[in-house]
Amino acid sequence: MIDITDIKLSNAQIAWRAAQDIDDGAYVNLGIGFPEMVARFQAEGKQAIFHTENGVLDFGEAPKPGEEDWDLINAGKKAVTLRPGTSFFHHADSFAMVRGGHLDVAILGAYQVAQNGDLANWSTGKSGIPAVGGAMDLVQSAKRVAVVTDHVTKNGAPKLVDACTLPLTGVGCVTRIYSSLAVIDVDVAGFVLREKISAISTDELQSLTGAPLHANGPVQKLICPKVLA
Amino acid sequence: MDKTIQTTAEAVAQIPDGATVMIGGFGGSGAPIELIHALIDQGAKHLTVVNNNAGNGHVGLAALIEQGRVDKLICSFPRSADPSVFVESYWAGKIKLDIVPQGTLAERIRAGGAGIPAFYTPTAFGTDVAKGKPVEVFEGRSYVQERWLKADFALIKADLGDPHGNLTYRMAARNFNPIMATAAMTTIAQVSQLVGLGAIDPERVITPGIFVAGLTEVPNPAQEEELNWAEAIYP
Repeated sequence: MIDITDIKLSNAQIAWRAAQDIDDGAYVNLGIGFPEMVARFQAEGKQAIFHTENGVLDFGEAPKPGEEDWDLINAGKKAVTLRPGTSFFHHADSFAMVRGGHLDVAILGAYQVAQNGDLANWSTGKSGIPAVGGAMDLVQSAKRVAVVTDHVTKNGAPKLVDACTLPLTGVGCVTRIYSSLAVIDVDVAGFVLREKISAISTDELQSLTGAPLHANGPVQKLICPKVLA
Repeated sequence: MDKTIQTTAEAVAQIPDGATVMIGGFGGSGAPIELIHALIDQGAKHLTVVNNNAGNGHVGLAALIEQGRVDKLICSFPRSADPSVFVESYWAGKIKLDIVPQGTLAERIRAGGAGIPAFYTPTAFGTDVAKGKPVEVFEGRSYVQERWLKADFALIKADLGDPHGNLTYRMAARNFNPIMATAAMTTIAQVSQLVGLGAIDPERVITPGIFVAGLTEVPNPAQEEELNWAEAIYP
């Protein structure tokens, strides 16, 4: 088995790659934790409008330490800032935006993604206390659902799988995966390889993937700048 | 009409053992810490609590749980910077947990307040959360039936309030507070500033007073995050 420790993309680089696909003016929800990093790497001249479940649209980056206002936070309970154009609303309106199909993109983390687009990212099974937050709402209703993730688990097991073994967050919902090794679309054929890092061969990538990787057109080089975490 | 109540103790005095209590807030923002602490002092137990989270540190909802007052928690995300109180109660079998997806939780509360007994949502279709619930297909897509959620009491936090119970909120502290205000038989608000009738521009009212049974002024309310940095423990 190939050792990917030194060749895989960092989380910041995965986030950078995901950010390049976000259009100017897109309404975007980022999952808490790692996906929040995507906001830092928007392409030059593009400005997405970020939505957070707890009732803020078009918020800005984190304030300086000491300038936090704890009534102005995101879904990760981190302090954010106002921008010209910020709006506030209650939770039912917030999820009307989600469930009503008004969000262009949701980007979340994953424990497992299946080749039919099923996503498992909320419960590790019986060992932990489950916590779903807004993930189940987002994955069923955003126009595009993307995942940012390591390609394999800490133990080296594929996170892109034939069928999810962990409890599902949503069925057939993921359309694109930004992994630490590749960009993979999910369509009726299953996993379709779009981009991969040059340091790994297609066969090696397949060996780290739990379901067939299909080709549909040329596979591009996945090149990310050295971005700071 | 004057719905003003002098103290937080009086405001929560009528909450009985076994009540279902919605508590507003998302993490610390919009959490009615002083009303929760008054409820701890009041002593009601065997409560069912509806909140997005499960408390943080040893104040507010976490303190209510730590005091053994909550038999069941209905929430979407029982994690926080310091969820130790909930986690210990959960593994000790002292508290039941009902996990509800956040948007479904919000809509169940909205439906409860709006007199809609059930509705269909695409959320959770095909997952464990939807097990046992009716599914219907509309325009080719599958939806899960969810029921309204109502409560005996709602404890909420607002910014301005007037004697009729008209309320405004401060930034993202709005979150679950306005919808919980509609879904409880008795809604009690703590407001950071009590103002006279007419002092709130009608255009700015978020919760009209019809949804509010009583309100009490808590100037400079405590913020959960700051209490936790100070390692506060209640009581």
